[in-house]
Amino acid sequence: MTKATITVNGKPVTAEIEGRTLLVDFLREKAHKTGTHVGCDTSQCGACVVHVNGVAVKSCTMFAAEADGAEVTTIEGMAGADGSLSAIQAAFQEHHGLQCGFCTPGMIMSASALLKENPKPTEAEIRHYLEGNICRCTGYHNIVKAIMAASGQDVTSIAAE
Amino acid sequence: MYAFDVTRPKTVDEAVAALSQEDAQALGGGQTLIPTLKQRLASPSALVSLTGIEDMKGVCQDGDTLVIGGGTTHGTVASEGGAYPALAALASNIGDPAVRNRGTIGGSLANNDPSACYPSAALASNATIVTNSREIAADDYFQGLFTTALDEGEIITSVRFPIPQAANYQKFVQPASRFALVGVFVSKHADGVRVAVTGASEDGVFRWSDAEDALSGNFSPDAVDGLTASADGLMTDLHGDAEYRAHLIKVLTKRAVAACQ
Repeated sequence: MTKATITVNGKPVTAEIEGRTLLVDFLREKAHKTGTHVGCDTSQCGACVVHVNGVAVKSCTMFAAEADGAEVTTIEGMAGADGSLSAIQAAFQEHHGLQCGFCTPGMIMSASALLKENPKPTEAEIRHYLEGNICRCTGYHNIVKAIMAASGQDVTSIAAE
Repeated sequence: MYAFDVTRPKTVDEAVAALSQEDAQALGGGQTLIPTLKQRLASPSALVSLTGIEDMKGVCQDGDTLVIGGGTTHGTVASEGGAYPALAALASNIGDPAVRNRGTIGGSLANNDPSACYPSAALASNATIVTNSREIAADDYFQGLFTTALDEGEIITSVRFPIPQAANYQKFVQPASRFALVGVFVSKHADGVRVAVTGASEDGVFRWSDAEDALSGNFSPDAVDGLTASADGLMTDLHGDAEYRAHLIKVLTKRAVAACQ
């Protein structure tokens, strides 16, 4: 066992970890941030996407030891201090970008990484960027629409079919 | 996963020393190794993470060569490898964005998955694999399924890619895994054309020498028309049989050459 300190949503969290402790387990069990989900545990589904030092990673496929000293942002870090939703979260709500909600934390974190790199993505760019995030409810359509809306673009052209 | 220690050395020398322990294994971005550990298909006593070694990260141009640190992520190659556009494009289509932010070129080449993208680029570009102890030509480096010329504990510190006159990579994506069902990298250099094929052979990446000869004489898609890629030794699985993969090799080679025009 060794100690690791990871800054989670701005607050340092120090805990004992094993070499094999995954970042997602640190976040859920040591930092008690359970918004980050474990869907597949095989780096396919993207429900566990968080930002490590500003870039999106799958936290089920990174060891906590490798994030020692890093800044991590989870879904809990996306809302304002007063609990108000971020623009992306509000757009998911407005455009019905979620049904069961299991994939949503990863979708929001991936969407946020995309808009940081590419503030006005096309529909095709959004779909390509979300290749690593699987949703079994929505058929993706409203997720794509929500991300376009969050980027300030007109979404009437991608009306629901 | 079985239990193991994780260490994060800051220098190549420290990493080499750490890897000399019994059953120690290098950890690149972990996008293949961590899933492998979860399935208990590997049981190292210690993992030596290479992600803390700053000297092994980054992309730089050295004359007609693009030098990429072994610890450079696919995402960084995609965004900073513009001096070799075909290589940057290949990197931008590996896995998905989160995987590209962790996975490294050194990790991919050390693993030598038979369906990975980078081996085809290294072989077609006549790249040099630079390790902590020597330089290895790509033609000598790839030695079969998950097998390379690397010795135990040897680390890829950088990869040197001669920048070709023209190049293109065509990947027929297996949509569930996003690996190449077949991928063909065509690279035109002053001394001829090289064609490397990934995703197809039971022995991993290989050069299609008939196409290289034809394209070195006439660099146009038509030059490949009279050729047939052999299905001998190609993979057959639920996604496609050997004959289908052989067909794809030819189609993708033509598309790659057309994209170079």
